Amino acid sequence: MNLETMTALELGAAIKNGEISAVEAAKFSLGQIDKYDKKFSCFVTVQDDVLQRAEEVQKKISSGEYTSPLAGVPMGIKDNMCQKGIQTSCGSRMLSNFKPTYSATAVEEIMKAGAVPLGKLNMDEFAMGSTSETSFFGATKNPWNVACVPGGSSGGSAAAVAAGECFYALGSDTGGSIRQPASFCGVTGIKPTYGSVSRFGLVAYASSLDQIGPIAHNAADCTAVLAEIMKQDKKDNTSVATKGADLAAVLNADVKGTKIGIPTDFFGEGLDKEVAAAIEAAAKQLESMGATVEKFDMPIVKYAIPAYYIIASAEASSNLSRYDGIKYGYRADDFEDLLDLYTKSRSEGFGMEVKRRIMLGCFVLSSGYYDAYYRKALQAKALIKEAFDKAFEKYDLILGPVAPTTALKIGENLSDPLKMYLGDIYTVMMNLAGLPAASVPCGFDSKGMPVGMHLIGNYFDETKILGAAHAYQQVTDWHKRKPTELVNM
Amino acid sequence: MAKTTSWEIVMGLEVHVELATKTKIFCSCTTEFGGAPNTHCCPICTGMPGVLPSLNKAVVEYATKAGLALNCEITRYNKFDRKNYFYPDLPKAYQISQLYLPICRNGGIEIEAENGGKKVIGIHEIHMEEDAGKLVHDPWTDSTMVDYNRCGVPLIEIVSEPDFRSANEVIRYLEKLKAILQFIGVSDCKMQEGSLRADINLSVRPVGSEKFGTRTEMKNMNSFKAIARAINGESKRQIEVLEDGGEVKQETRRWDDNKDASFAMRSKEDAQDYKYFPEPDLIPIEISDETIEQTRNSLPELPEAKRQRYVSELGLSEYDASQLTTSKYLVALFEQNLEAGYPAKELANWIMGEVMRLLSDSGREPEDMTFDYSYLGLLIGMVQKNEITRNTAKKVFKAVFEEGCDPVRYVEEHNLKTVTDTGAVKAAIQEVVAANQKSVDEYKSGKEKALQYLIGQSMRALRGKADPQTVTAILKEILG
Repeated sequence: MNLETMTALELGAAIKNGEISAVEAAKFSLGQIDKYDKKFSCFVTVQDDVLQRAEEVQKKISSGEYTSPLAGVPMGIKDNMCQKGIQTSCGSRMLSNFKPTYSATAVEEIMKAGAVPLGKLNMDEFAMGSTSETSFFGATKNPWNVACVPGGSSGGSAAAVAAGECFYALGSDTGGSIRQPASFCGVTGIKPTYGSVSRFGLVAYASSLDQIGPIAHNAADCTAVLAEIMKQDKKDNTSVATKGADLAAVLNADVKGTKIGIPTDFFGEGLDKEVAAAIEAAAKQLESMGATVEKFDMPIVKYAIPAYYIIASAEASSNLSRYDGIKYGYRADDFEDLLDLYTKSRSEGFGMEVKRRIMLGCFVLSSGYYDAYYRKALQAKALIKEAFDKAFEKYDLILGPVAPTTALKIGENLSDPLKMYLGDIYTVMMNLAGLPAASVPCGFDSKGMPVGMHLIGNYFDETKILGAAHAYQQVTDWHKRKPTELVNM
Repeated sequence: MAKTTSWEIVMGLEVHVELATKTKIFCSCTTEFGGAPNTHCCPICTGMPGVLPSLNKAVVEYATKAGLALNCEITRYNKFDRKNYFYPDLPKAYQISQLYLPICRNGGIEIEAENGGKKVIGIHEIHMEEDAGKLVHDPWTDSTMVDYNRCGVPLIEIVSEPDFRSANEVIRYLEKLKAILQFIGVSDCKMQEGSLRADINLSVRPVGSEKFGTRTEMKNMNSFKAIARAINGESKRQIEVLEDGGEVKQETRRWDDNKDASFAMRSKEDAQDYKYFPEPDLIPIEISDETIEQTRNSLPELPEAKRQRYVSELGLSEYDASQLTTSKYLVALFEQNLEAGYPAKELANWIMGEVMRLLSDSGREPEDMTFDYSYLGLLIGMVQKNEITRNTAKKVFKAVFEEGCDPVRYVEEHNLKTVTDTGAVKAAIQEVVAANQKSVDEYKSGKEKALQYLIGQSMRALRGKADPQTVTAILKEILG
């Protein structure tokens, strides 16, 4: 049995069949973390009770209490999801001492399925960033090339899966934070429909856009995770009842007769030629499998970035106001009075990118500017939703690139936030519209860095997206390739 | 400006009312007043990272009830908004409130105007929001501590139009508002516990002027009397400023009832930009016509309707009827005994007389009455059956009111029953007559006053337990 090449479902099946125990699997993962994490810095925290938990899970598998196909499989959780008693830092100095007394609903659900959490995964501070470089705990490195970023903000989640340090991970996606790092690290990730996974216990960045989802080796694993966490939750007022994710349907899916639309506007200026070529090739592949592929215009794309950064920053400025040094989190040592306590704690506790977005958010919400910015952005959001509604009248799925480039060099974008923001051009629209979308490995550039294709579905069509991805992964092996850095070690 | 100018005061009110729901607006913590600091809270009402609000539906129901009782239009499509500001008693650093689509609009209630006529005070809007915590300053350690127990207690803010012209109008409006909200059961409206708080926007202008003057907002009044004093104090202050040629500054002022003066808290220049935007964590609330009708039908008889009925059906005076209906508790005292068969007028007389006097003497509100309401009826019954005299009844009621005594037992234990044995009454009077020959002579020589003295002495000898009319008749008979 080669655990290094196993998927989460394969490992789950082996545990169920008694070929390996949950404890052995957990030991293997802890070994992988020991071996690789110094190099990639995926984990902020490795839990000290992993083996205990694995033992307990193994008992419940043996007794028949845990029946999920993922029971006993070691996994990781992005550090913005609360887990009772475990430091939940959001990659920030501000919460570097914060241990919640409660767990996120998604974490509780995956625990009920018998997950064995290894620890908390690195991320851009408060999920703001596309490189995982803004973490207070240092940058995560891309397992395909340590000189490159893993993408972000769920960079720790994607890199940990790619590096084989865990079998799957929970990430969160506000403007592409699951899909872009999945693309950069050559793994599969999906942001489900807004409202389908409870946000309770997910430390908010932009409440109307945030959504939890899985990152794993392939579409089938992602489906199995989604099946456990897509549940309506009365603790999240915006959560909705869905038909969930259907693993059996995904495993049996094909793309015969699937109508796929490709927006021509996704192929404009700024898109790397090699990325474009990989996406075109993937489209051909899907066509050869029986799908019909057609190009169409979607000029609304140009409003996506400004609308996204206005709405996300506005909500973030309010969501992050609670970190004031009063009750928990970072508090400055010396202060004169209340205002000074607030100012110093927030100035010292937050990093540059977080402060930039808080200021941007405060500006667009301030009296006299609300109508010019926030209200306009909401209108753009409505138009984007409308454009997708129209497109889905014609197509089952929409295909395009996830990001305009492959993984960039560390430090390349940090000094140029505008350039970094433009890198989100293909992903933010699905958050604005609330649509489900996946990143699926579909090739490599000439530097050997992975390319992901973007598969976007209509509301609650997670099974359709993952079915197409699974069918594609049955005839391609991009998702099975091992990162260069691992091979070289 | 000439000192002869006469001024008109213009006011509008913002009244915060804590709703009497069992649990908080966005979590399941209790709304109970008091409790050791930070024992009525959870990660949600203390705004911990990652938690989300879940709306308590009863809050919408209570706010709808209040709106209907205050003659408002109910907003069918409601949203919550965030009001952002930093303060240690606000753990999320934003208050979930309603700015753009408040639940009720365009209502009003009728009050008696200064000229004796009727006047409608317009209600601009009512919105739902969450209360903040409390800061407790400890002078010993010179530190401030935060108590989050009140965080997330549901509030409605009732915003009036600037329709008030005198302190009396404000008090009448607040009394009426309080009565209505208590009647429909949405709040206990206890000012001392902060479950009803009024902020007053006040400006003055020369009589006849159409233009509003610059207003100040006054906070921190915790009784109706303090409100009246604050209005008089602040209007005098503004008039003095203007008469001295100065300008009133738009600012928020804190009323200090001990110093009988208001002090500036913050001026318009430091006014916060609350950066309101729609609350993304809560989906819009839709209220159907059906729900509104059901709620309307569930409302109890409101004070105004009761007042009219008391006059037309029970024959009470306008004054008695309107005083009785200022309080849910007075009405309960009245109606409970009315149902038990005691006469309306007699009950009204007792409540308007003894009950009101004892309340006012003890500085208490009707809601503070702790005795069993049926005791008033029992007492009236004893008078009706001539078991005790009216005077004895008044004395007994004092014990009922103050100590909650059962009047029947009290009368027995204290041996207060009327002496009905005329022989015994006669004997007692004869003794008085024998011992007061001087008064007897005076009476016989035509001094009516002397008779009163003899009656008094006789009643005293009988320890007040005889019917005064009987005593008078027997006395006259003896004196010939």
